[in-house]
Amino acid sequence: MLLGRTANGLYWMNRYIERAENMARLVDAGLRMALTRTQSASEEWNSVLLSAGSDAAFKQKYPDYTAANVSDFLLRDTSNPSSTMSSIETARNNARMVRTALTRETWESINEAWMSLKRMLARPIDERDLPSVLDAIKRETALIRGSFYGTMLRNEIFDFSQLGTYVERADNTARILDVKYYVLLPSISWVGSTLDNYQWESILRSVSAHRSYRWVYDADYKPTNIADYLILNVRMPRSLTFCYRFLAEHLKFLSDDYGERHACHATAEKTQAMLKAGSIKDIFDAGLHEFLAGFIRDNTRLGDEIAQDYRFY
Amino acid sequence: MRLAAFDEMLPEVSGLRRPYSAYDRWLKEQDPARLTEKMQDAERVFRKTGITFAVYGEQEASERLIPFDIVPRIISGNEWRRLTQGIEQRVQALNAFLDDIYHRQEILRAGRVPRDLIARNEAFLPEMIGVRPPAGVYTHIIGVDIVRISEDEFYVLEDNARTPSGVSYMLENRETMMQLFPELFQKIKVRPVENYPQLLRQSLAAVRPQGAKGAPTIAVLTPGSFNSAYFEHAFLADQMGVQLVEGQDLRVVDGHVAMRTTEGYKQIDVLYRRVDDSFLDPLTFRPDSALGIPGIMDVYRAGNITIANAPGTGIADDKAIYSYMPEIVEFYTGRKAILGNIPTWRCSEPDSLKYVLEHIHELVIKEVHGSGGYGMLVGPAATKKECQDFAKKLQAKPSNYIAQPTLALSTCPILTEKGLAPRHVDLRPYVLVSDRIQIVPGGLTRVALKEGSLVVNSSQGGGTKDTWVLDD
Repeated sequence: MLLGRTANGLYWMNRYIERAENMARLVDAGLRMALTRTQSASEEWNSVLLSAGSDAAFKQKYPDYTAANVSDFLLRDTSNPSSTMSSIETARNNARMVRTALTRETWESINEAWMSLKRMLARPIDERDLPSVLDAIKRETALIRGSFYGTMLRNEIFDFSQLGTYVERADNTARILDVKYYVLLPSISWVGSTLDNYQWESILRSVSAHRSYRWVYDADYKPTNIADYLILNVRMPRSLTFCYRFLAEHLKFLSDDYGERHACHATAEKTQAMLKAGSIKDIFDAGLHEFLAGFIRDNTRLGDEIAQDYRFY
Repeated sequence: MRLAAFDEMLPEVSGLRRPYSAYDRWLKEQDPARLTEKMQDAERVFRKTGITFAVYGEQEASERLIPFDIVPRIISGNEWRRLTQGIEQRVQALNAFLDDIYHRQEILRAGRVPRDLIARNEAFLPEMIGVRPPAGVYTHIIGVDIVRISEDEFYVLEDNARTPSGVSYMLENRETMMQLFPELFQKIKVRPVENYPQLLRQSLAAVRPQGAKGAPTIAVLTPGSFNSAYFEHAFLADQMGVQLVEGQDLRVVDGHVAMRTTEGYKQIDVLYRRVDDSFLDPLTFRPDSALGIPGIMDVYRAGNITIANAPGTGIADDKAIYSYMPEIVEFYTGRKAILGNIPTWRCSEPDSLKYVLEHIHELVIKEVHGSGGYGMLVGPAATKKECQDFAKKLQAKPSNYIAQPTLALSTCPILTEKGLAPRHVDLRPYVLVSDRIQIVPGGLTRVALKEGSLVVNSSQGGGTKDTWVLDD
């Protein structure tokens, strides 16, 4: 038996852990672009902020797109509710609230991540330290994930946690693609100029997939392959299909356990079926941007339905 | 002013006391540098596990650690037996007093406790008149604060019959000590305290409502994760394997209290609540309370839920009532109190007030309804101006205060940078009442870390120690 409030805490704890890490990944990709293509750096930082859903808030606070400003805003600014620091703080508050549902190892890894990032992000980050800070953020969240997978019982507590992780991850991957969808469109170029290559690599880098891509596809970057990898590949842990495979699976565990199906089950299965049936060509033909916008909308609705169906509030 | 205090390890007159002999032998073999290291290890463990408390009134609502000292406070089996007899008697009397106060009020009729003290007391809940809680138990979990003055003199400083806290520190302190010094526990037989959560669960299950079928559903009610004792609430729920609920999780469904789960509302039979009376039910008490459950008092009066501790138990541990405890114990148990009270002047009585004002610099003066060491004056440690200011407050509302002599609380050594140094301590054993009374052998030893200080409250810079009751 699980309290609705506890399920809610688990769900958001995991969404925010995922978000804390995704912010670091986005900054990492932006930094790489800015280093290699200094002339259009501000444009790249703009994309990063759009992917993070934080561009409007950023512009209110900072005059220009620089590595220092963007990383400050996305990593350590506590007035930005999605910054790594805010996210880890919210994740920890939720963890504190649901403490009785977590193993000691899981709680301690979250608490320690919070303590160490709080220390590390207390002062503005020196540009020279940025790579090591990004590494540390990824390491801390990896430790949380490790203790979570290694010690948690596979029950409803685990299911609600995973729902949070995958709803957030699917949203993040879809947004990254949507901000850069135009560089993947065939009308721009099938050949791939140097510029395009940078852009494509940046997309892969922001989901930590620039190396694994080469194991799966040709050594060359091709926009359809990149889109295929991030949307349809079943094995790629940040692809939309991968996320929905697990969302559907954990929702099924819940409906089996509780003996009751809800609206969220139908929504998740519908999206999963759509991803299964589709080919990347169909998606491009129907419009990549339209596809992604629709996906993001449905994914958000799934989150709302889960909250309602399982009495989060 | 320094008081000559009785040291529980090394009293000046007689040398090392027996309960400490094995520990002392071990200690002499230790490298001081290693001990300092262990002290830091302990702090890391506490911070890592998040055993923190929030301090009210501080600008930054930050989480702080209660400092932990690695020198155990050791009590012999014999000393403990004496203490438990006294505590059991006192706890019986407290429950009998509560039952009487909310029913026939024999003790008032007999003139042993003034009627005024009850009727005008905020801790007295008229809503509880005539209500008999399931199994007839009012205060299920009690923390009795005990101080020691000499080899043979123990006094009760205060009864905590509402929602005594700190038991998680008793458990974590032991856990930490066992992690840091496993070899010590092989050398010295210390009685275990680890089973407290199981005992608590059994005890709560034993006082379930009559109508509860099968194994009762138990939950811990917390004001939320921003409460100063939240760690403890979560800890106890976790250790007992029961749900940790907030008011927002609960509502009254079909005459029962139920919690909102992912599968709908589920009935609760026993609620171990860690919120104050006044927040429990906005329909009965504070209408602005968002922490409670509207209508829970109706369910309670209908006998469909056990609330532990019962609402209204505060009337038994009120500081004004405290001074009558010797009479109360004798009235209900028919025997003299085994554990004495500290002599107390009730400032509401003109003669006492006069005495207190004349001797203000020698006395400890407390607010009748205060807790946690706030709003008190320690005369000998206060400046002349502080005494004068306090005297004005006292004269303005004498009935709000009681006064006690400044006792030379016993000391126990702590580890400082310069080695062992004596500090004043008190002791809070935890008592569970159901169809029986159980006292876990140990308790929370609070220690005033500042040299010479008598204030042991954690909110005022006190620390804690592991408390050993020897299996001898």
